[in-house]
Amino acid sequence: MYNLIIFLPLIGAVLSWILGNRFSSIPTYIVSISCLFLSMIISWIAFYDIAILKNDFEGASLPWINSGEFRALWEFNFDTLSCVMFLVVNTVSAMVHLYSVGYMSHDKSKARFMAYLSFFTFAMLMLVSSNNLLQLFFGWEGVGVASYLLIGFWYNKKSATSAAVKAFLVNRVGDLGFILGLIFVYTYFDTIMFERIFELAPSMMDVSIVVFDNKLNVIELSCFLLFIGAMGKSAQLFLHTWLPDAMEGPTPVSALIHAATMVTAGVFMVCKLSPLFEYAPNVLTFITLIGALTALFASTIALTQFDIKRVIAYSTCSQLGYMFFAVGLSAYPAAMFHLTTHAFFKALLFLGAGSVIHGLSNEQDMRKMGGCFKKLPVTYILIWIGSLALAGIPFFAGYYSKDMILEVAFASDSQIGYFAFICGCLAAVLTAFYSWRLIYLTFHGDFKGNKSTYDKIHESPLVMLLPLFILAFGAVFSGWFFKEMFIGVNWDYFWSNSIFILTGNDAIYKAHSVPKWVKLLPIVLAIIGISIATVFYVLIPDLPSRVSKAFRVLYTLFYNKWYFDEIYNYLFVKPIKIFSVFCWNIIDKKIIDGIGPNGISSKVFSLSKISSKIHTGYVYHYSFSMFIGLALLTLILLYNLQVN
Amino acid sequence: MYYSILFYIFSFFVILSSIGVITSKNPVYCVLYLILAFINSAILFLFLNAEFLAMLLIVVYVGAVAVLFLFVVMMLNINIEEKKSKLLKFKPLSVILGSIILVEFLYFLIIDNSTLEKLSNTPNLEQKNNTISLGNILYTDFALLFQMCGVILLVAMIGAIVLTLRKRPGVKKQIIKNQVDTKKEDVIEVVSVKNNEGA
Amino acid sequence: MIEFFNLPILINHYLILSSLIFLLGVIGIFLNRKNVISILMSIELILLGVNINFIAFSYFSSDLTGQIFSLFILTVAAAEAAIGLAILVVYFRNKGTIDVKDINVLKG
Repeated sequence: MYNLIIFLPLIGAVLSWILGNRFSSIPTYIVSISCLFLSMIISWIAFYDIAILKNDFEGASLPWINSGEFRALWEFNFDTLSCVMFLVVNTVSAMVHLYSVGYMSHDKSKARFMAYLSFFTFAMLMLVSSNNLLQLFFGWEGVGVASYLLIGFWYNKKSATSAAVKAFLVNRVGDLGFILGLIFVYTYFDTIMFERIFELAPSMMDVSIVVFDNKLNVIELSCFLLFIGAMGKSAQLFLHTWLPDAMEGPTPVSALIHAATMVTAGVFMVCKLSPLFEYAPNVLTFITLIGALTALFASTIALTQFDIKRVIAYSTCSQLGYMFFAVGLSAYPAAMFHLTTHAFFKALLFLGAGSVIHGLSNEQDMRKMGGCFKKLPVTYILIWIGSLALAGIPFFAGYYSKDMILEVAFASDSQIGYFAFICGCLAAVLTAFYSWRLIYLTFHGDFKGNKSTYDKIHESPLVMLLPLFILAFGAVFSGWFFKEMFIGVNWDYFWSNSIFILTGNDAIYKAHSVPKWVKLLPIVLAIIGISIATVFYVLIPDLPSRVSKAFRVLYTLFYNKWYFDEIYNYLFVKPIKIFSVFCWNIIDKKIIDGIGPNGISSKVFSLSKISSKIHTGYVYHYSFSMFIGLALLTLILLYNLQVN
Repeated sequence: MYYSILFYIFSFFVILSSIGVITSKNPVYCVLYLILAFINSAILFLFLNAEFLAMLLIVVYVGAVAVLFLFVVMMLNINIEEKKSKLLKFKPLSVILGSIILVEFLYFLIIDNSTLEKLSNTPNLEQKNNTISLGNILYTDFALLFQMCGVILLVAMIGAIVLTLRKRPGVKKQIIKNQVDTKKEDVIEVVSVKNNEGA
Repeated sequence: MIEFFNLPILINHYLILSSLIFLLGVIGIFLNRKNVISILMSIELILLGVNINFIAFSYFSSDLTGQIFSLFILTVAAAEAAIGLAILVVYFRNKGTIDVKDINVLKG
């Protein structure tokens, strides 16, 4: 029965696509939303059954590839980790589906949107329920494709299509690493099924290969390559350039894909492969480093951005950094807990921002907003809730998860752990700062747009607010509700065999016994951030411009996203473009087409022009050629007779 | 002895006339050369004991076909070619080709005449009279082919008439069908004429 | 010289003669630049050469079939000359000229 969780969204996608919206989009809405809601309810039931009651469930198993000695099956795994992910993905997806009914009500391709959203959900569910690396990769690619389709949903906008291509290409770089990792694993473990790999991992710990006179450990190498895939998918430091541009897609897309589900696929993958990653300590250190740097780096950029969705996008990037450095310190449960709570409040923030955009007639620049909290009260409160959760104020969801992560970082007792702790603390301050900056710029002060827009500001309809209420409920209560299960004292029992931690990496155990000041530090940091933001934007309104002028260099650096786009453009994009244009113009057009189709056809043409001159129309020419033919034939005849 | 000399003389004339046919500028001369060639080859036929065919050649070919040629030449009023003919342009190639073919033909006569040796040199005919011997087999063994020849000639006649028939305007002819089909109402009109009034 | 003339006339002589006439007829077809009547006359020459061939073979193999066949060739040649000339006359009526150089409608 639980197999339906995965296939209902696919059915919803196909039916929405078929039903279309030529006459009315109501059937499409009904079909897709009911499929998603049904899937969501079943996934709650599955979570209760499998994760809490600890019943086992064998997923379906269908044949796939059978080629020589390589076998792969479509297998679905239902363990705690998968059920947690089902819960998160389905809940957020169902909410986003419901929200889109209202948000996309003026669009002309509603059915396509719902179909793509359902397809994305299906691919994500395939990813989290897979039992072998190849099926995980199938889901990996599926979400990449769905992301491309959804970012470029308004395909008439050039910026949207370019952003979609950019997202896909940067993802591809990561996917290359993933594929190489997959190949390495298959070559040395001789299997792609997770169970087998995890069984073999301890014995492969010391196997190494020699590459260019360097001895490389096999597990380290494959984990490193797999992590590069995760970097691409989850927009970590060097492969993050696609995430802000991905905001070109509609807001529900950003909420679903770039806040809650696709970008967490990387975290999920590393947690799922924890039995393998545990045997690669260098890679774990690297993960921690990248995660910490990303967390800090993304928050610095978010300080200066003016597009409301971009601020939230960089915030996502930063929170993913948190999750990754938790993973790097072997605290997988903490990372999964933060993933769950983050999904709720980040989706809430995105959808709330979508509500603001919808109400302000598609205005996204915060410099043209302000002073709307009286006209958008419900949205205002919901965004407050989301930001409180994000900043880590006690009792809201984010407090528990973020706190846990920082405690783990402190308790890890290693250099990289302390570095991550410092980065995390700085990022916490900045997070609080920019979240309240967003609130103040959007809702307080004077309205800086034009009057007609101000008059038309309206609260969103109920169909858009209802999902927000449910997500807000999750943002408030999910932390408190899941805390004991995920990271409490009995987390071992809860996660049982879906996460594996080596006995030496016990940061998560020691996290419960850190000094008191470490437990209180995040709250203090959040309050510091909120107060600074209040000073900057409410009490002394011209302070921001003075500070940005004073720290002009830093400000320019942060505002231009640390010039990553420009560097990549110069290093990679331009040379490849020159090379491709060369290949196209000279090799493809001149050489291959010249010798191939065009060359042959023009040759045939000219030859036939020449040979058509034989038809002169004069009978005596024709009879002369007959005569020549006769002479030749008799010659051949005589030659044959002579030879015989 | 004389027989050989005569053969060489008449064959020489045949070849000369043939060359004259193809190289003459005046088309009437061409036809006359053709007639000469026919007559000389008829004489050669006489050497081969085929007197009926020799007469037939003269009567049919010279008497009918060549005269037909002359008719057409005269009717079409073909000009005498005045400038030097452009034969010379193609001559070398055609001479070479002609000699190649000639050599091929002669191959069977000079180099490989194994088949020809089986033929006897002095044949033995039962009947000296060519006409009677031809008649013996023409109407018996080859009767069907004889009839076919008749049909061919009929078709040729009809074809020639059909091709060249044209209606001339202004020629009065009788069309019997129209004459037979006239009705009383078309040609007679009964009019009652009053006194002193006329038609 | 007299020894040359004393040699009997074999079939070979007749065949050489007939092939010469045949060749002259064929050459006449593509060598003429004058008018269409020359073509028809060259065809008659070809048929003449073939006739001589048949009669010679009929004489030297004591078989009258050659002469019968020559009779038929005669018939067909007459019919074909008649039709050919009729076509020529109609063509002349339509075109006004029978110069070979002007018949190049099939040029391509």
